[in-house]
Order: sequence, then C-alpha cells, then structure tokens
Amino acid sequence: MSDEYENKTGYQAQSSETISSGSGGGSRTASDIDYVRPAEVTDQDLYHGHSFITKWVFCQDAKVIGVQYFLLATFTGVVGLILSWLMRLQLGFPGAAGFMTAEHYYQFVTMHGMIMVVYFLTALFLGGFGNYLIPLMVGARDMVFPYLNMVSFWSFFVAVGVLLASFFVPGGPTGAGWTLYPPQTILEGTPGSGWGILLMCISLILFVAGFTMGGLNYLITVLQARTRGMTLMRMPLTVWGIFTATVLAMLAFPALLVGALMMTLDNVLGTSFFMPTIIQAGEILEYSGGSPILFQHLFWFFGHPEVYIVALPAFGIVSDLISVHSRKNIFGYRMMVWAIVGIGGLSFFVWAHHMYVSGMNPWFGFFFATTTLIIAIPTAMKVYNWIITLWRGNIRLNVVMLWCLGFIVTFVNGGITGIFLGNVSIDVPLSDTYFVVAHFHMVMGIAPLMVIMGAVYHWFPLVAGRFLNETLGKWHFWLTFLGAYSIYFPMHYLGFIGVPRRYFEMYDSPYMTSAVGMNEFISMAAFIVGAAQFILIFNIIKTLKTGKSAGSNPWKANSLEWLTPSVPPEHGNWGDKLPVVHRWPYDFNVPGAKEDFITQTTPPSDVVGTEVEKT
Amino acid sequence: MSDPKIDGLELKPGFKGMSEDTGSDQTMFKGVHWGKAMMWIFLLSDTFIFSCFLISYMKGRGSTLVDWPNASQVFGLHVFGVEVPLLLIAIMTFVLITSSGTMALAVKYGYEKNRKMCGWLILATAVGGLIFVGMQAFEWSKLISEGVRPWENPFGAPQFGSFFFMITGFHGTHVSIGVIFLFIYAYKTFAGHYDDSKRGWFTSMKGDYVEIEILGLYWHFVDLVWVFIFAFFYLW
Repeated sequence: MSDEYENKTGYQAQSSETISSGSGGGSRTASDIDYVRPAEVTDQDLYHGHSFITKWVFCQDAKVIGVQYFLLATFTGVVGLILSWLMRLQLGFPGAAGFMTAEHYYQFVTMHGMIMVVYFLTALFLGGFGNYLIPLMVGARDMVFPYLNMVSFWSFFVAVGVLLASFFVPGGPTGAGWTLYPPQTILEGTPGSGWGILLMCISLILFVAGFTMGGLNYLITVLQARTRGMTLMRMPLTVWGIFTATVLAMLAFPALLVGALMMTLDNVLGTSFFMPTIIQAGEILEYSGGSPILFQHLFWFFGHPEVYIVALPAFGIVSDLISVHSRKNIFGYRMMVWAIVGIGGLSFFVWAHHMYVSGMNPWFGFFFATTTLIIAIPTAMKVYNWIITLWRGNIRLNVVMLWCLGFIVTFVNGGITGIFLGNVSIDVPLSDTYFVVAHFHMVMGIAPLMVIMGAVYHWFPLVAGRFLNETLGKWHFWLTFLGAYSIYFPMHYLGFIGVPRRYFEMYDSPYMTSAVGMNEFISMAAFIVGAAQFILIFNIIKTLKTGKSAGSNPWKANSLEWLTPSVPPEHGNWGDKLPVVHRWPYDFNVPGAKEDFITQTTPPSDVVGTEVEKT
Repeated sequence: MSDPKIDGLELKPGFKGMSEDTGSDQTMFKGVHWGKAMMWIFLLSDTFIFSCFLISYMKGRGSTLVDWPNASQVFGLHVFGVEVPLLLIAIMTFVLITSSGTMALAVKYGYEKNRKMCGWLILATAVGGLIFVGMQAFEWSKLISEGVRPWENPFGAPQFGSFFFMITGFHGTHVSIGVIFLFIYAYKTFAGHYDDSKRGWFTSMKGDYVEIEILGLYWHFVDLVWVFIFAFFYLW
C-alpha cells in the first residue's frame, strides 16, 4: 500500500500508534481520521415488489430468496432423513420394513446421498446463508442481479421437483449409488435404469444452471458491490467461506454438467461415451468402446470440490460464531483467509483419491495421496486457530457455542480418518466398507450440519426478530451430538472388521453374526437423532410468534448484518444511507474500549486511545 | 445496474495497481460494470464446460476399439466434380470470425452513441451467426444422410458421431442463443432503449450501451471456442 493511498484513506490514522489519547491539540481532526474514500458507484436501483406474488413468491429480495432456499433445502433434507431412517430400519432389523426390497434399498441409498450432498447442504449453505448474509455482511442493498437471483431459486425449485418426481415414474428413482457410476447406472437390472437416471441427470443439469445464476450473483456482489470502507480483508470469514466455495462451484459443476449430459445421451440415444462392450445375460449389448473411468474422473472432478463447497462455508460461519460467542477476535484472520483460499485451490488436485481402486495408473495414486495429505496443513491451521480463539476467551456457553464446539470435535474426528483414507495402502483394504461411510458422514455430514444448526440459532434473531428457545436447543444439541457419535463411532469398527457398505443384507456372511448387535444399536441411535431434528422445527414454529424478542444486535456482534436500521432488515437493507466501514468485524474486548465490542461502523475518532487492531 | 463513476480515481498500471485495487474497498475491478464482470466469470465457468467436453473427446478418441475416421475425408465437399477437403468448414469459420469483427465494431459505435451504425452492425453479426448455424445444419444433414449417427458411424469409430454431434451441438446451441439475443439487442438499439435508459422487459433495469459490450464478450467467446473445436475435430 503506497503512502499516498494510506494518507487518502486514513489507514494510518486507525492504528493505535498514531492516535494518542487526548490528542485534542493534534493536527488531525475527527473528520480527517474518519476519512473513507467516496462511493465509486451510484446507489443500486432496486425493484420493489407490490403484490403478494412479487413480494413473497417471485421475489427479487435476496433475503426472501435466502429463506426460500433454506425452507426448500430443509424440506428435501427431511426427505433424505426419512430415507436414511428406512435404510437403518432395514440394516438394524432386516425385514422389519415389509415392503422394502433390495431395489428399494439401493434407491434409498442413492437418493439419500444425492439429496443430502447437493440439494440439502449445497443449497442451504450457498443458496440459503449465501443469499441472506452476503449482501448484509458486505453492506450491499441486495445481490447485484436480483432478477437472476430469483430465477436461480426457481430453477432449484424445478430441479427438486424433477428429482422428487423420479419417485413416481416407472421403475422408480435410480439406484446406482449417489456416484452414478456407469455402466451399471443405465443397464437393465439396476433399479431406475431408464426413467430414474434420466430424471436424476435432468435435475442435476437444472440445479447446475440455477446454481450458476446464483453463484454469479454471490461472486460479483462480493467483488464489486461492497460498501465504502469494506476491503476484502475486512470481510467476515463467513463471506470468505461462501465466496471461495462459490468459486469452487463455478469451476467444478461444469464437470458434473458434462458428465450428466453424456450419461443422458448414453441412456437415451445409445451412444457409448462411458459404456464399454458388455455382455449381459449371454447377449452382447450395442455399446462398445466407451470409458467408465472417464465418468469417474468427471464426477470426482466435481465431487471432491463439492466436499469443500460444503465445508468452506461451514469453516467461515463457525469462525464468526466462535469469535462472537467467545468475545475474542478470531486468531490469525489472514491465516484463516489464506487457508480457505488454499484449501479451495488444493481441492481441484485431489479428486482421484476417490478412485484408488478404480484401476487407474498406480502413479496417479501416489500423486493424489500426496496432494490429499497436503490439505491437512491448512485445515489443521484452521482447527488450531479456532481453539486458540477460544483459549482464554470470555465464552458464552449457549446453544450456538455448543454447536461450534461440537463441530470442532467432529471435524477433527472426521479429518483424522481422512488421513487414513488418503493413503493408498490403507484406503485399498478399507474402501467400500463402513469405515468410509463413517468418515464422510463425520467430516461432511455431521460437521457442516453442526455449523448449520449453530448458524440457525445465531441468526434466527436476525431473520425473525426473536430468540429460539435455549432449553429446547440444548436438548436438540445433546441428542444430536451424542446420537451422531453413537451412530458413526461403531461404524468405524464395522469398517475395520470388513463390513461392506451399500449391502442390503448380510445374509449368511460372518458379518451377519458379528455386526448384528452393533447394527441394531446404530439404527436405534439413528432413529433418535433423526427425531431430535424435529425439535428444531418445533422450536422455530413455536418461537416465531411467541419467542423472546431479540431487538437489534442481541449477541453484541460487530458485523454489518446486525447493524441495519430495522430488525429484521427490510428490502434494501440500509434505509436511505449505506453503512461506512472502518474496521474488521472482530474487535472484541479491545483494551481501553468502553464496551467489549466495537462495531464495524464505529469511526476511529470514537475509539481514540484504545488498542484496536489495524485492519 | 449501477454506473461506475470513478472520474477522480487514479488507476495505477501494472502489478502494483492490481494489488492496490485488490486491497481497496468497494470494488475489485475499478470502473467495471457489474454485468461485464459477471459475463467474464460466467465465461470462465463455460470454459470449464467446453474443456470437460474436449478432454472427454480426447480420452474417448484414445480408447475406441475401431479406428477414428479420417477428418478430411469425412468433412470433404464435392464441388464441380472436385473433392475439396474442409471447404464448408473453412467458410463457416470465416463467417463466424467475420461476425466477431462486426460485433467489435458494433460495440465501438455503441459507445459513440451512433445508434444506426450500431444497430446495423449487430444485425450483421446476427446474420453471420444465422449463416453459421444454417451451414452447420447443412453439415449435420449431410453427415446424417451418409449414415453417421450419434450411436454409429460408417467411417469408423461410433464415438466420432457421438462426440461430433454432442460438442458441435452444444456449441451450436450457444451460437443460436447468441443470435436470439443479437436480434433482441438490435431491436432495442434501433428503438433507442439504450439512449433513453429504458427499463428492460424482465429485469426492469435501465438500458445502457454497455449491454452490447457484454453480449460482445459472449459472442467472441463462442468464436474462440469454435477455433478449438475446429482444431480438435477437423485438423486432428
């Protein structure tokens, strides 16, 4: 940064060294040290809805769109939850669900996986939290392209509709596993090999198209529509996480789109992109010369960044929650930002660690194991920084903080088993066992889910203006936390003794006897954890009208979303005047300050004599 | 969309300027219209789509059981009793690249507020795109009449037909969408929507000549992709 620039923006003036307390006789006046560059762009021109339909249905307000995304993603998530219940019913108590055949089981596995990863977690983090929080946190009036944003949600709506419609077509939904590996995906004998997979591919293509519209909005809003004084390095880590995840999505979803399109052509037109020569029931099929491994590469080039599309927003959000609720600045903010960016970049070079047993060249395994294990470095940095942020903090042990602590523990657990599976020699015997199931559910299922829950308890007072009930929240947390560990810890053991995943029943195998008790226990825990999630839904419905009123900035946070003139914020967010930002959002417990927090909009002249960070 | 007003702001050149812009508040790309930044990022994403297609094509071509057909034979055209290889495709490529030139001129005249010239040049671009799509349809029907299908191919590997129809089809869809928008924008230019900042039909945002540059970015991208498809399918 040049001297000239610093003088212009008053960067120097904000550091504690140059402002001595009681410097009334100094040469700089308050308006000098509070200087922020003038606005570069004219105020955004917004379309205000007039009718019920333009205000709440086809709405262009990012906050309403965020809530719409949230509700629809939650609805599909509940569908996925019910499918997991049915699966656990079969695994724990074979035959207890009378109607369930092996085909149904495969279909439920597939739909549960795809729904939870794409239609629940991705849509919730980026569509839900992204839409609601990005404009508020960077001080924009709305997303930069509100119309496109609305189309994004309705594309997602249609995608979900097409996905759920596959339950009602001949043959039912596809049962090829959420990875949709050809050739079995479109071969006779796999459930849903005709209509099911066709609708799945169409739904994914619609989702990608809709997401691209939303993603462009998130990126340009962060890059080009920040308010005065909001530099990239003053953004809350939530925005950094969602921003980087969106970059990942914009570059990874194309591979899924191409894979889904080619699969559809193989299925409908009889091309052989992914289909080798196949003999089925003594008959040579018309396919020849395609490469199934090509699909695996395309799928995982999407699939691995997808893990971080889910994880990075979680990392960002949990950093903010921990900082606010332990009343300390986030330790190593810049390190956290670069770790997010670094993880995002690395995530494009690790995809084939999902393919160690696919028959690719062993040297590839060597390369991808190395890159995979390198990711442990930035993620470990983040975990240490969360813990150091907590260390000697003024911790509020409320429900939000409980979810954050639960996240850290769960993420470390899942991360450590990730180091096992990242090594080729350990992965080969463990692949396709319950160890893998336990690993990815811990690290990208439960861990991000804990962040979502924490975020819901944290931001509900902003969205609804009322607190969620703490007692119900604690029940919800402890049932989920202990229950999730009861589910997934035993699964690691099941994996070690070799129980294969995706099996409908263990039949007469040795696992039938050795794993049966554990499977029953896991299933019981799964029923309880699933039921516990309805506590949250009950809590939301109950407190929406009758909860304790929150008022403005109830958590005493610093970031802009809590500083709107009205709570909940209205369309346009900021009334007639955009906020001006003077600092990062983590000035908690600054020595010398009157209160334990200094909001981002507090001008430097108000905090003269305190030891605020230079940001 | 909001107008950039950075008259007073001094932009420094080179890496230093870039790092200063990155470290500053409000915008990363100083003075860049939101829609223009969006189009660049969309095109980056679209680049990944076409890259995935072309990489799949390379992989597919490498793993077929039957030999890949000879491109100059398949794409040859029989004119006046002489077999001319790649004749049609040369004309197609020429037309498309020329339409990029007229598009660039349209952007120039747009910023000069020369409504008439701008409109005619956009129309010329649209017609160029239409001719391209028409010739592609001719080429498709010629190949189909010779027996090439997405699932089979009398000249060799069936994957040739699959990849050819899929990738040129995907590109042709891009061109067709571009042509539709070019016609709409030509109408809007002639009707003066960009001069009077008339609000759009769907987005209700004010019109501005920058929209023509944004569409131009898309059009140049579609041309650039065609160069790669041309190289991979017709010259390899």
